Amino acid sequence: MDLFEYQARDLFEAYEVPVLQGLIADTPEEAEAAAAKIGGTVVVKAQVQVGGRGKAGGVKVVHSPAEAKEAASKILGLDIKGHVVKRVMIAQGAAIEKEFYFSILLDRSNRTFLSLCSVEGGMEIEQLAVERPEALAKVPVSALEGINLETALSIAKQGGFDDATAAKVAPVFVKLWNVFKNEDTTLVEVNPLVLTKDGDIVALDGKVSLDDNAEFRHTDREEVSIAKVDPLEAKAKALDLNYVKLDGEVGVIGNGAGLVMSTLDVVAYAGEKHGGVKPANFLDIGGGASAEVMANGLDLILNDPQVKSVFVNVFGGITACDAVANGIVGALNTLGDKATKPLVVRLDGNNVLEGRQILADFAHPLVTVVETMDDAADKAAELAHQA
Amino acid sequence: MAIFLDENSRIIVQGMTGSEGMKHTRRMLLGGSNIVGGVNPRKAGEVIDVEGKHLPVFGTVKEAMEATGANVTVIFVPPAFAKAAMVEAIDAEIPLAVAITEGIPVHDSAEAWAYNVAKGQKTRLIGPNCPGIISPEKSNAGITPSDIAGAGPIGLVSKSGTLTYQMMYELRDIGISTAIGIGGDPVIGTTHIDALAAFEADPETKAIVLIGEIGGDSEEKAAAYIKAHVTKPVVAYVAGFTAPEGKTMGHAGAIVSGSAGTAQAKKEAFEACGVKVGKTPSETAALMREVYKSL
Repeated sequence: MDLFEYQARDLFEAYEVPVLQGLIADTPEEAEAAAAKIGGTVVVKAQVQVGGRGKAGGVKVVHSPAEAKEAASKILGLDIKGHVVKRVMIAQGAAIEKEFYFSILLDRSNRTFLSLCSVEGGMEIEQLAVERPEALAKVPVSALEGINLETALSIAKQGGFDDATAAKVAPVFVKLWNVFKNEDTTLVEVNPLVLTKDGDIVALDGKVSLDDNAEFRHTDREEVSIAKVDPLEAKAKALDLNYVKLDGEVGVIGNGAGLVMSTLDVVAYAGEKHGGVKPANFLDIGGGASAEVMANGLDLILNDPQVKSVFVNVFGGITACDAVANGIVGALNTLGDKATKPLVVRLDGNNVLEGRQILADFAHPLVTVVETMDDAADKAAELAHQA
Repeated sequence: MAIFLDENSRIIVQGMTGSEGMKHTRRMLLGGSNIVGGVNPRKAGEVIDVEGKHLPVFGTVKEAMEATGANVTVIFVPPAFAKAAMVEAIDAEIPLAVAITEGIPVHDSAEAWAYNVAKGQKTRLIGPNCPGIISPEKSNAGITPSDIAGAGPIGLVSKSGTLTYQMMYELRDIGISTAIGIGGDPVIGTTHIDALAAFEADPETKAIVLIGEIGGDSEEKAAAYIKAHVTKPVVAYVAGFTAPEGKTMGHAGAIVSGSAGTAQAKKEAFEACGVKVGKTPSETAALMREVYKSL
């Protein structure tokens, strides 16, 4: 999960990473009050999880509470690459002498962590990485040893810092490592990290990504409620279903992330022959799913108004095909006459004969059982196109 | 022959007395695996009867190895304790540790892997978040159903569990030497390349199917490795062409951000290295069948 800038700022502050004052505001009036509280020059910054907000008019420097109110009224509601601004941060202004770049991230390719560091920050770091890769130091960080003052100094020097500045930023790097490790993050990025005209080091903007798998260690965290969440995705989350809404017509339910991803692809290929229909969602009912989980999943999909047909694709490993079949029967019985969308079911593996028999006995007019994944995808796409 | 796991494998189960551990210990036994004991420090000294076999429970992996001659451990412990279980297996220098557990924090996996590297990699770690490894008709360490396919000449390596099952099923007429699910997490022990190298060296394996999915660059590296080092025919499949960018699709690792790691990029990498890529699992199996017939 990605944090918003203000959340990253608060997290940095908790770890004594130097940051400037920042207050959030959801209305122009709140922005005005926040600017008055901070005083002097402030920056009104759109809180969106997408790059390029400055160019899109999402960041404004203002010199009074009244100006802050006016700027916030323009920024709130702004659509930045599909992200509507619902919250702004009023940040204390800074007199910037120099801008740097620093991040720590998971280096999947090398199965370790990596620090990126450059004395040339501020600009688009991707651009710097492409145009002058030598200016961006890439320093592996041991998962066991992390970043201490000594390694931090080494990273800073490799990033092009002079000795005096390196000595100033190194303690901040150590604190950022503490954020990275203790908060179970996969990314901590500061861009820009600045040297102010007063000679202080300040993290001016930050990005933090949290590892969802580590939530059990951080039960005190507040829910992030302002991100755009699809209502079906929210419902799925409440049911503990692994669901992602997509923009198509064929609802997909399967077991196992790999098989469901593969099913989406096979449906998309089949759709090419049937009016370009596409998969409507990703839904993984997981290993060993019960009839209840299957029924919940099917209910969710059938409630998506975009869905015209449903493809249930299960290879029973731990999941038993008879439980899946019972889930389908249960969901359709509950829906009764409200069930109107055709279902194509492909079952293989654990208890497949029992599963197919249950569906054969059920003999529901909306349910078609097809033997292979490719043929079933073709049938589901055809039915979605006809609907 | 097979890779990493065969009829001489003596398996212990870390977390055997938990519900998942017990369920799969039973399934592995019924599938013919030689399970010799379990590990749970709180139940050390107990003997658990499973499917007519008396399985002793030990306090540590090291004790279990000393008492039973175990050379494989399968880890079913919950995410919060999985790092400690992996570290314990590494400390005991057990030759093969298979971590099935899903949902382990990536910092824990990264630390366990770094620890294994620091200790000289005496333990081959498979997973975490994987179905494990099966050499049909010889042994099964993990949660793969034992009866999908019989023994044969095809080596299979996959990031995904259910796609492993699907592909074994598609190729059941030819048979599998070893199928290994390496897991879809960002940090894993055994990689596509490790499996490719072992299959290349395994006389029983005549051809290899590689299954990848979006995220990371394991497939791109595997493609380059195949071109340079693998003489046996390889057919590949990649899942996730229709996955939207920036959305996680179940596997912690299966996320596309930016252009790197897309299914298209992986397909192109394979094809540039002369590896045929199937559009669907069935087409991939058909490609493999053609390749196999021409051997």
